[in-house]
Amino acid sequence: MSALAAIQIGEPLRLVLFLLGIMAFVGFNAAYLVWAERKGAGRFQRRVGPSEVGYAGLLQPIADAVKLLTKQVLVPPGADATLFRAAPILVIAPALISLAVIPFGPALAARDLNVGLIMIFAFGSVNVMALMLGGWSSRNKYAIISAARVVSQNVAYEIPMLLVVVTMLLVTGTMSLTKIVEDQAGGFWHWNLFRLAANPLMPLTFLTFYICMLAETNRAPFDMAEAESELVAGAYTEYAGMGFGVFFMGEYANILLGCSLATVLFLGGWQCPFGLLPGVFWFLVKLYLLVFSVIWVRWTFPRTQFYGLLNLSWKILIPLSLGTLVLSAAMIKLLGR
Amino acid sequence: MKESLREIYTGLSSLITGLGITLRQFFKPVVTVQYPHESLKMPARFRGHIELVRDPATGKPLCYACKLCEKACPTDCITVEGLKRDGEKRKSVSEYHLDFTRCSLCGSCVEACKSGAIRFSKEYNLAGTSKEEFILDLFRRLEREGK
Amino acid sequence: MSPSEVIAAPEGQRETFVLNLGPQHPATHGVLRLKLTMDGEFIVRAEPVCGYIHRMHEKMAENRSYAQFLPNTSRIDYLSAMTYTHAFVGAVERAAKLEVPPRAEFIRVITSELNRISSHLVWLGAYLLDLGGFTPLLYAFDDREKILDLLEGVTGARLTYCYYRFGGVCNDVDEAFTRGTKEFVAYMRPRLDMYRALVTDNIILRKRLVGIAPISAETCRKYGATGPVIRGSGVAYDVRRREPYSAYPLFDFEVPNFPEGDCMARYLVRMEEMAQSLRIIEQAVDRLPEGPVMATAVPRVLKLPAGDVAYAVEAARGRFMVHIVSDNKEIPYRVKLRTPSLSNLSLFEEASQGLVLPDAVALLGSLDLVIPDIDR
Repeated sequence: MSALAAIQIGEPLRLVLFLLGIMAFVGFNAAYLVWAERKGAGRFQRRVGPSEVGYAGLLQPIADAVKLLTKQVLVPPGADATLFRAAPILVIAPALISLAVIPFGPALAARDLNVGLIMIFAFGSVNVMALMLGGWSSRNKYAIISAARVVSQNVAYEIPMLLVVVTMLLVTGTMSLTKIVEDQAGGFWHWNLFRLAANPLMPLTFLTFYICMLAETNRAPFDMAEAESELVAGAYTEYAGMGFGVFFMGEYANILLGCSLATVLFLGGWQCPFGLLPGVFWFLVKLYLLVFSVIWVRWTFPRTQFYGLLNLSWKILIPLSLGTLVLSAAMIKLLGR
Repeated sequence: MKESLREIYTGLSSLITGLGITLRQFFKPVVTVQYPHESLKMPARFRGHIELVRDPATGKPLCYACKLCEKACPTDCITVEGLKRDGEKRKSVSEYHLDFTRCSLCGSCVEACKSGAIRFSKEYNLAGTSKEEFILDLFRRLEREGK
Repeated sequence: MSPSEVIAAPEGQRETFVLNLGPQHPATHGVLRLKLTMDGEFIVRAEPVCGYIHRMHEKMAENRSYAQFLPNTSRIDYLSAMTYTHAFVGAVERAAKLEVPPRAEFIRVITSELNRISSHLVWLGAYLLDLGGFTPLLYAFDDREKILDLLEGVTGARLTYCYYRFGGVCNDVDEAFTRGTKEFVAYMRPRLDMYRALVTDNIILRKRLVGIAPISAETCRKYGATGPVIRGSGVAYDVRRREPYSAYPLFDFEVPNFPEGDCMARYLVRMEEMAQSLRIIEQAVDRLPEGPVMATAVPRVLKLPAGDVAYAVEAARGRFMVHIVSDNKEIPYRVKLRTPSLSNLSLFEEASQGLVLPDAVALLGSLDLVIPDIDR
């Protein structure tokens, strides 16, 4: 990895290469996370997942992509065509942009912004708007109900997420993600998750962040927006073909973004647990362990009730994160960083 | 206050127990049978469509077209015709059609038959491209099997 | 607005729209159409429209002899087919005064209870699927496979058994069946504990079911709801106790009932019923008497004397009753099938007022409807 850092490439070219790399990474992951989810779901349910197309079903995502590409993208009559077509793009574009500041390895961040953390959340809010537009412009009652639910759910869960991020800002003292990872060098006891001197309730903060990440990406058990058994497909009902495919890719891109952020903020990013050979390999291991846990949670629990979901956010998570914020501030004032 | 804290605690522990159960199931073997590549053996009493039975002594079908099965069938699926050939004491079956599109595998025909001339087969791999393929000609099927 | 405020608001003030939970919908367990008049997320009025799968079983009964109608009985409610055949066969035996040998009665009880467990397993899987938990469905179907394999070894069919005959059962059970049943009972008890840990105790499920859609015992009586619906409202009404039939008086089992009347109570009733069924099966297999499985003097062509006869059983969904009117011919004059799902559905309109859509789906699942049972 250090050898790569020594190669000097001119600035615009380096940025373009990194962005292309990110798009390829997201595309590959969006396709193969579907495969991993289906195989994982199969194993949790004591059955084999896809296994016919290619060895162990590895060509299944390609078959799905070809199927989606060959379908006609119908715009329902009376729907707002511009918004209808814009919604899938608005779901995936912010995720791609936000991945530009995540440090995958020691020299592998597309752009090391010193306000990187805030930028991610600025773009993350566009996700809500995209689902709302998609639901509203479909001119379908199921989609509108789903869009209304998505808006209240995402707004409710952004607040504890931002409070957790502010807590982490206090603890780490910087908004630049690369510096946050560099601060966690050493063994795993240096990771932010175990930084109990600055915030004694750090594991709870991580749990809050994880739950908010599940809710923001509309993943089960918080997938009321797409509640298949009630609302058919919710906000995505009227989308066919590649429109639906892009929504799907956007969902997985957002999961990747959320898990990358959790890895960087709490689990030490590309640092090795034993301080030996840091590198992008450790980042990927931690990232995919978190993604596995997201899949695991999805296939275990039923869907929460809508009011239970909002109660969880407003009555439990927000007081909890406010409390940890005040506690961290007090600890840092007393003990220094 | 204490109630809600206790609820949070029991709630979280129930979630973790649930996760543990699914993780344990993750590492157990699959319970499904990959059908076209592997298949299961049907039990002895399995109800496939009916078939004619040969007399082991003479090699001819036991059925003598008494039409009891035709009368017993609730949905009129069976059509039997018999012919009395020279030198034989009674009729023997010459045509036996089963309209499998209406058969409900109830077994009334098998029970009504006095001579044990029909029984359930073990056929379940039935697929065809037209409805006419399922008006089964059991007499011809028996002849084909004999060859 | 709270649910009671929604109902109380005068008509002109509400802006309602009609949402059609159409006949093709993942949550309606079959082809049931629900026309929901909704005010935002709250249901103001729910109108069920059934009849999409009316197959005229009662008319077919008027054109077939008693023995020819037997396959139909399995198909009215295909999930608890054995119990429905039991009702019809019992009605004919009661009218013709046929004596069923004890071994056949015990076999009927064992197979009916196995059928009840498999029906409740399908209910469990489908209900959790409606609520968003996809995995317990597969676990429930894995358990159900064992039951279906046992019954396939005896009858030859997996779902629509045509096993009972007038005067007994058509095949005897062999040693493989009794051994397999004992193994199944030993296998199923820890699985029920697993379902309790994975599903019943799960906080998310409890939030979805506890206190949702309470139905009082008076409402149940008003609409004639039976089975786990009324047992979940505190009334211990079970046909096996109130109108004992077959060999049930010989067995020791409890009738579970819970007073709360919400979705969780109905859920717990069915889970407890599975445990009680296992108890009955265990006792029946241990005490299975020897002997013939078919009565001796059954006429080849059955003619019931002129008049009425009725026979009720406790099916998995409630009280199923067959009422036969005969005019001394081979073919009945009229066969009336009183199915539990129709009565259970009729209280949906009253019970769903003011509910939000996910709660209405939870209520619909807890009523355990099988739509072909409603439409016959």
